[in-house]
Amino acid sequence: MDKTINIKLKIWRQKGPKYQGAFKDYSLDGVSVDTSFLEMLDILNETLINKGEEPVVFDHDCREGICGMCSLYVNGHPHGPDEDVTTCQLHMRKFKDGETITVEPWRSAGFPVIRDLMVDRRAFDKIIQAGGYVSVNTGGVPDANAIAIPKPIADEAMDAASCIGCGACVAACKNGSAMLFLSAKVSQLALLPQGKVEAATRAKNMVAKMDELGFGACTNTGACEVECPKSISISNIARLNREFLKAKFND
Amino acid sequence: MSWLLNSSIGRKLIMSVSGFFLVFFLIFHATMNMVAVFSEDAYNTICGLLGANWYAVAGTAVLGGFVAIHFIYALLLTLQNRKARGNANYAVSVRPSGVEWASQNMFVLGIIIVGFMLLHFSQFWYKMMFTELMGHHEVALGTSTVSPKDGAEFVKFYFSHLWVVVAYLIWYVALWFHLSHGIWSAFQTIGTSGKIWLSRWKVIGNIFATVVMLAFAFVTIYFYARSVIDPSTVAMYY
Ligand code: HEM
Ligand code: SF4
Ligand code: FES
Repeated sequence: MDKTINIKLKIWRQKGPKYQGAFKDYSLDGVSVDTSFLEMLDILNETLINKGEEPVVFDHDCREGICGMCSLYVNGHPHGPDEDVTTCQLHMRKFKDGETITVEPWRSAGFPVIRDLMVDRRAFDKIIQAGGYVSVNTGGVPDANAIAIPKPIADEAMDAASCIGCGACVAACKNGSAMLFLSAKVSQLALLPQGKVEAATRAKNMVAKMDELGFGACTNTGACEVECPKSISISNIARLNREFLKAKFND
Repeated sequence: MSWLLNSSIGRKLIMSVSGFFLVFFLIFHATMNMVAVFSEDAYNTICGLLGANWYAVAGTAVLGGFVAIHFIYALLLTLQNRKARGNANYAVSVRPSGVEWASQNMFVLGIIIVGFMLLHFSQFWYKMMFTELMGHHEVALGTSTVSPKDGAEFVKFYFSHLWVVVAYLIWYVALWFHLSHGIWSAFQTIGTSGKIWLSRWKVIGNIFATVVMLAFAFVTIYFYARSVIDPSTVAMYY
């Protein structure tokens, strides 16, 4: 038999962006420790639906840590208490029998609540859009090795590219700053020769969009890096600052 | 150059550069204080060189300007960041391990620093440079009257009072916390930091903050100890 636990849940319920939200208490018995956190919420929702109540709304899609849709601020941590995983990769074995689990939406002016635990993260899409495109030579398919890129640089670019745009960095930040996200998106391209062509305009436009959307200014607390499910390093933020300042001083 | 005032990174650059400037001033100030330990005459020579000469007054004005800029932008950015954070607070929030306490309390630390700065100016600057600027050549210090150029006498007088010593030590602790985060943060802001240098700046910043603050604390405690051991060295007891 599976090991099971009984848990209490304190979940943020909010009808819509304009409604006042509040916590609601639930209890769930006999939860297998092998279920994922989202499966646990599915089980809860099933019981709610069977009782004729509104299910808890939360974002999710791939459920394997690659899409960045899941959010949830669990027991004081974006993506929960486990390290370097997304909420969908979080398992119930991380919780104790009888524990009260508090589940909140991302809280930041840039990410208004849509309903319950679901927040509007379209601001990130707008920032990505502001970054524009990458110039490539079309025509015959170039050989993959035609442009040699040193391994350490390729690795760093790949690390930056692992950002899934979940927004945990903003949720974790006391300044509501999106700098870790931006720095990952700017770095993944700025590090590579293909991305250098538009590097200056990209940094300027993305930062301008971020400011326009009302995200805060980074004070380097580093909370984002600790809570990021993909361990994006804040050294990328230094690169973003460098790219931005360089671009502005060259204007 | 309007981006400097209008963009978040531009404003952070202002924070960083003004912070750096203040750090350099602290080095100068700490070095000058150490001189007093070795020779009061040498210390007074420096005080005399500065005095109320135009370059010292200009330097003070520039310094005041940088403090004002640093303060105004600290206030501006802190308010802006609170707005970005929004009004909704988390019911459960924990400071993740690895996040320095100082990094989340820079503004509070700054307010503490300014508070003690006002005390410091009322004790030293007001009675020294300001007195000279007003054209006076004598100033009351405790029960005696001294020359506003006699810096060593001021140091000995104030640091013979236990409450002053304790207040200054609290000030240094606040400054240490501010700098333990501020220095590497400033390097991060101007972009001179990468995977390797990030941790190096943290170490350098901590060592630096510790050395400078220990220098200040040493001078303060040294003069207090002297006043306890031999009260006759302090003007008030002449
Ligand atoms: C001797 C006095 C001071 C020194 C040497 C100093 C130094 C610094 C340095 C080096 C930074 C880092 C800049 C950066 O992150 O880019 C900083 C940041 C900051 N300072 Fe100061 N500072 C002083 C006084 C103050 C005062 C009076 C305030 C006002 C309340 C203040 C508030 C702040 C704030 C809010 C930050 C931003 C935190 C951050 O971005 O990391 N500081 N300071
Ligand atoms: S930097 Fe990390 S926390 Fe921020 S959006 Fe990307 S993956 Fe999520
Ligand atoms: S649901 Fe796709 S990352 Fe969690």
